[in-house]
Amino acid sequence: MKKEFEAISKIIENNKRVLDVGCGDGTLMEYLKEKQKNDVRGLEPQKKLVQKCIAKGLPVIEGDAEKELIQFPKKSFDYVVLSQTLQAFFNPEEVLEQLLRIGKQTIVSIPNFGYWKVRLHLLFKGTMPVTKNLPNEWYNTPNLHMCTIQDFVNFCDKKKIKIDKSMCLTNEKISEITKRNMKYKNIFSQLGIFLIE
Amino acid sequence: MPGLAGLFFCLIMNSELKNIKRLIVNQSLELDCGKIIKGFPLAYETYGTLNKNKDNAILAFHALTGDQFCTNINPITKREGWWTFAVGPGKAIDTNKYFVICANVLGGCMGSYGPKEINPETNKLFGTTFPVITIRDIVRAQKYLLDSLGIEKLLSVIGGSMGGMQVLQFAALYPELSHSTIPIACSASHSAQNIALNELGRQAIMADPNWKKENSSPDKGLAVARMAAHITYLSKKGLEEKFGRKLQDKGSLKFSFDADFQIESYLRYQGATFVDRFDANSYLYITRAMDYFDLEKQYKGNLSHAFKDNKSKFCIISFSSDWLYPTIENKEIVIALNACGANVRFAEINSDKGHDSFLLNVPEFLKTIGEFINSTYNEVKK
Repeated sequence: MKKEFEAISKIIENNKRVLDVGCGDGTLMEYLKEKQKNDVRGLEPQKKLVQKCIAKGLPVIEGDAEKELIQFPKKSFDYVVLSQTLQAFFNPEEVLEQLLRIGKQTIVSIPNFGYWKVRLHLLFKGTMPVTKNLPNEWYNTPNLHMCTIQDFVNFCDKKKIKIDKSMCLTNEKISEITKRNMKYKNIFSQLGIFLIE
Repeated sequence: MPGLAGLFFCLIMNSELKNIKRLIVNQSLELDCGKIIKGFPLAYETYGTLNKNKDNAILAFHALTGDQFCTNINPITKREGWWTFAVGPGKAIDTNKYFVICANVLGGCMGSYGPKEINPETNKLFGTTFPVITIRDIVRAQKYLLDSLGIEKLLSVIGGSMGGMQVLQFAALYPELSHSTIPIACSASHSAQNIALNELGRQAIMADPNWKKENSSPDKGLAVARMAAHITYLSKKGLEEKFGRKLQDKGSLKFSFDADFQIESYLRYQGATFVDRFDANSYLYITRAMDYFDLEKQYKGNLSHAFKDNKSKFCIISFSSDWLYPTIENKEIVIALNACGANVRFAEINSDKGHDSFLLNVPEFLKTIGEFINSTYNEVKK
């Protein structure tokens, strides 16, 4: 399992209800269900991946988060997880509102557009950055709303969203983000992971 | 439930209905219409072997014109069973592993209590004196079959179309009785469009002068009903691909009302063969049961209440080209299940084959249900 999922699963306590939004092939769900006895649900737009999850026995429904989240009752999950998808929505602000409504706590991870390789790419090459974490060209990327770790923290401040935990992935290592190391982490981390409510 | 076993006895009828297993239910069942029935027959078939723990049983519900013979050759019609693509050794619902039970619905015409049976009180055929039955009646009757087989918990209840409605009704009535619940291409409340289409079929039957005449059957009316219904089971794209404007056996139009087009000839054939195997009054009664189905209303306008505290694993499946029970109606079930926190999964399968997709060779569909049932079984055995 990738480092990001390891970090997310560590945040999630055992025996809790978890909704994985954009659950892909269900790797994280399976881990949470088997190892942590979590009661998991998934939402995934891609038919092939949904069918894969159902074949594994995972409760995943096919659908688009921008349309489907509305059906889940208020605070019906202990955790809602959104891994590296926020930037791909037409309206990330509204999706985030839904996530916060459904979950007692929400875990959001974002690819960091402030990562130094991204910055250098644009600065020196003068073209839209293509990196390991952001492998697509500008014309075929699903990412509509890229942001940096700092952007996301500012956004939470502005919206009065409480950040309970912030972490980042730097060279395959997970570490905490604090007020003091924020500027540094915003340059050297590929990924930000936030526990918010 | 050994105590209950004495209440049942199984008969293998030796009349025109030979090869049909029938359970005579000796308890009384109060139908939704208020009538109480007792000592009524329920025809059924089983495939595969019930294991020692009795935990490998799957109850399959048939659709409007199906019967208990879901796979192999139907001994009465001599044609393949209606779900031969899905049920059988090594198939999605693998009869090498699972014990598949399928019963003919109340109101049906393959040996169960229905309008084609003799009314013991009058010694005449029931015909239209048969009581109006509902999906709920149909499902409650089948519970007796499970009791008689000594099955306390099913691995799955599964069915498409009207079979799916029975699955939903089963889940609502018996929340503890199945590990998994698989309604396919169906709806929790029959839509106005579908009631309209059923009414069209019924009117075709009732307009036939042979309807209600002794010793005759309204074959023409029933054939028209079947033709109209058959169109609704297909999709526009499927029809285009299979038939287009192709002519039947001739190079040019005949300037007559014979079946010039292949699609006409196909529909006529569908109608003609249907009357050989189906009873017109059964068609009236079963379509009525579908029209009356409104699970939301049964639970006081809140469909979620039908599934409250239900721990079964739900798997809802719809098909992209199904306009009779479109994805949006299937999704309403998903939404109701999510609203009460049920264990639900949902997939829309891409297919051009319309509503009929669930009966046909649609590999993605068969793979999905097969692997889902296997994963459920693995968890049950854990």
